[in-house]
Amino acid sequence: MDTLLVDRRCFLKVSLLAGGGLVLAAELEGPAAVRADGTFAPNPFIRISPESGITIVAKNPEVGQGIKTSLQQVIAEELGVDWKDVKIEQADSEEAKYGPQYAGGSTATPQNWDKLRQVGAAGRVLLVRAAAQTWEVPEAECEAAHAAVRHRPTGRTLRYVDLVGKAAALPPVDLATVPLKDPKDYTVVGQAISGVDNPRIVTGQPLFGIDVKVPGMVHAVYEKSPVFLAKVASANLDEIKKLPGVKDAFVVEGGEKHEGVAPGVAIVADTWWNAQSARKKLQVKWADHPTAQQSSAGFAQKAAELATQPPTKVLRNDGDFEAAVAGGARVVEAAYSYPFLAHAPLEPQNCTAQFKDGKVEFWAPTQLPQPGRKLVATTFGIPEDAITIHMTRVGGGFGRRLRNDFMAEAAAISKQAGGVPVKLVWTREDDMRHDFYRPAGWHFLKGAVDGSGKLVAWKNRFVTFGEGETFASGASLSDSEFPARFVPNLRLETTIMPFGIPTGPLRAPGSNGLAFVFQSFLDELALAAGKDPVQFRLDLLGEPRVVTNPDGKTPYDAGRMRGVLELVAEKSRWGRRLAKGSGLGVAFHFSHQGYFAEVAEVTVDAAGKLKVDKVWVAGDVGRPIINPFGAVNQVQGSAIDGISELLRQEITIEGGHTRQGNFNDYPLLRMPEAPPVEVFFKETDRPPTGLGEPGLPPVIPAVCNAIFAATGKRVRTLPLTKTDLRTA
Amino acid sequence: MRYTLTVNGKPATVDVPADMPLLWVLRDVLDLKGSKFGCGIQQCGACTVHLSGTPVRSCGLPIASVAGKSVTTIEGLSADGSHPLQRAWQEIDVPQCGYCQAGQIMSAAALLRATPHPTDADIDRAMAGNICRCATYLRIRAAIHQAAGAPPVQSTRSGE
Repeated sequence: MDTLLVDRRCFLKVSLLAGGGLVLAAELEGPAAVRADGTFAPNPFIRISPESGITIVAKNPEVGQGIKTSLQQVIAEELGVDWKDVKIEQADSEEAKYGPQYAGGSTATPQNWDKLRQVGAAGRVLLVRAAAQTWEVPEAECEAAHAAVRHRPTGRTLRYVDLVGKAAALPPVDLATVPLKDPKDYTVVGQAISGVDNPRIVTGQPLFGIDVKVPGMVHAVYEKSPVFLAKVASANLDEIKKLPGVKDAFVVEGGEKHEGVAPGVAIVADTWWNAQSARKKLQVKWADHPTAQQSSAGFAQKAAELATQPPTKVLRNDGDFEAAVAGGARVVEAAYSYPFLAHAPLEPQNCTAQFKDGKVEFWAPTQLPQPGRKLVATTFGIPEDAITIHMTRVGGGFGRRLRNDFMAEAAAISKQAGGVPVKLVWTREDDMRHDFYRPAGWHFLKGAVDGSGKLVAWKNRFVTFGEGETFASGASLSDSEFPARFVPNLRLETTIMPFGIPTGPLRAPGSNGLAFVFQSFLDELALAAGKDPVQFRLDLLGEPRVVTNPDGKTPYDAGRMRGVLELVAEKSRWGRRLAKGSGLGVAFHFSHQGYFAEVAEVTVDAAGKLKVDKVWVAGDVGRPIINPFGAVNQVQGSAIDGISELLRQEITIEGGHTRQGNFNDYPLLRMPEAPPVEVFFKETDRPPTGLGEPGLPPVIPAVCNAIFAATGKRVRTLPLTKTDLRTA
Repeated sequence: MRYTLTVNGKPATVDVPADMPLLWVLRDVLDLKGSKFGCGIQQCGACTVHLSGTPVRSCGLPIASVAGKSVTTIEGLSADGSHPLQRAWQEIDVPQCGYCQAGQIMSAAALLRATPHPTDADIDRAMAGNICRCATYLRIRAAIHQAAGAPPVQSTRSGE
């Protein structure tokens, strides 16, 4: 039996129950819930019935960030039910019904915290009302907990499942004014709860996109040009079609955009292995393409040349940088750079699609289903409502699945194959060579401290890719990037060069490069100032206060950053003496609404071998921490992910294509290199924000600064393999 | 070609090309989707199964080479998900995306059979062939200790 098919049937039932068109903003009309089968469904997220118990719908894609558990804890809390009594069901992509549904930017928690508390509370209020009416007592004498309503004066109770008929007939409540629980009464939110899919993960049940099975399904592979977007000149299709198991082979014309259908050759077979075996005999001649002239080495050379010329744009120019440098006591100059990176989620890109009679049905592991729908509608000229998207569990996103090229490809192949359901599965090499890479960047910095050791001047020229004045996707530098607004004389300049390489956001986009550069260079300036790196940073942050741009936007809370910096210094016992060859490094970074400071302890032996001994992380994402299990998982994973990027990860472009193809030449960190990561949350009194990303950026400069403390060697280029750490 | 092997204690006969890797036989012919495709070159360990009790990377094993042998996959590790590792994995919430975890558990199960009370170094050595892209390594290590009967590990977190 195929579980994913069962889920699909469940979905149809939900649609009917919800009566269609109920939106989260909830201008609800008529009875609270359609109840053809006796189910109480006060909104699209909650269903209660005597037969099926309590079901909560998970709106967002689960990519490993734990959202399929944590957001439903929020609903369960306000609904007044115990976690053990709840079933969680994955929603399909239907934004009219559920509101925004995506996994990106660490936004799900701040975006849904208020709304989903209201959703849960709306259900609770109606059930309490139904009980009070049954007993003919005031609602204020009733309380809800453990999926039951209790009348305090008499001790009578009624279970939710016994109240559904009455509750479903009540008029809906206004979500905006529904009373919410006092956080001190929370029993589900704040509990460490194991992921809802864990029982199925540890027993190997089908869950992921790659596990989908649809009746009549065939398997496909898709060969694209190594040089991005080159068209097919010719291919030995007749020979391929004769190979065992092959049902069809054809050229897909494709377009000229990275996100869409790239030109290529599809092979459709009875099994994936037969399709892939046939592919090994495939011979394609690719048309010439101008991107073939591009390379990482060429980009680096061009960046160095452009850095000496006037910038494309001056993002910010505070005070008088040149005068401050001229009057500074110590001046430091340095050039930093970092490479293209692949996302390399462990589940290779894949998608199952059936394009038949002008309609497309998808089973898609995507972070961003709604834009996937738009992409497919645009690409094939069909209306958006002709597209159905079932969201599967996703075997890692990291930003790769914010792009839905695999959806467009699977649809194109199904269409050309005559409308059969097609499961397209990429190889690891396809995945690594057709990624939307974290763009490489080059930074040319100059700074000055005055006689008292105060940072008085800062300039950064950022050279990266894009078009005109617009950054390529995945590259960014805002005019408010720290230390902007904390240094009186500051210039931020950019130089943008055109290119033909697909790029996109990688976990903590922008920040994953900027934190390395800025927090490393700050360390260089602290040294020039003769100050301790933590003290230098505290002095720079200054008094606790919120700093904004003149328009009042992009606030930066110096007090919150001081809070995590002081906490991590305390927990790591900053300032202690270490043995020769060992060192502590510190860094902080604000991104995705989270304030994070991290300390790394490292040891470098005489042969230059690095060991990251331990990492301490202090984060401020407000409160409560909805699920401490998932929260710590995200932060520990972010820190180790950052160290993995730092150690060896690099994508190299040669002749317009990607050299690396698999984990043998793009090595990810493995268990023996994973340091202990101790995580502390400073739970300040602010609404909770997300944790998928902000823990990553500071770890890279923290380790680099620790390497400097241990060896006196400054890491200015990533990955670390480019720096000789030998001291003997 | 027809091949017969034992999968999770039951005989299975498949008619597939001789070079078809065991992984794809399991996934697409026998419909056991627990073993995962991650790299295809025996680098990531997501496809780890036991062959006559030894952990192997099924993506690199042609079916012809395993004919007549006994294979255990994550689906057959226990009848009901009650293997100490499967329990520990859930109790301390190891998975993030979860894609690699079947392979991780199969590698860990082989370790515990050979070394019932492993040290950190034993665990590092046995698990170095399994990549976790989400970097759940710290919890994997803790879960293996817990399954081996060590005292429960506290989550490394404290509020302020």
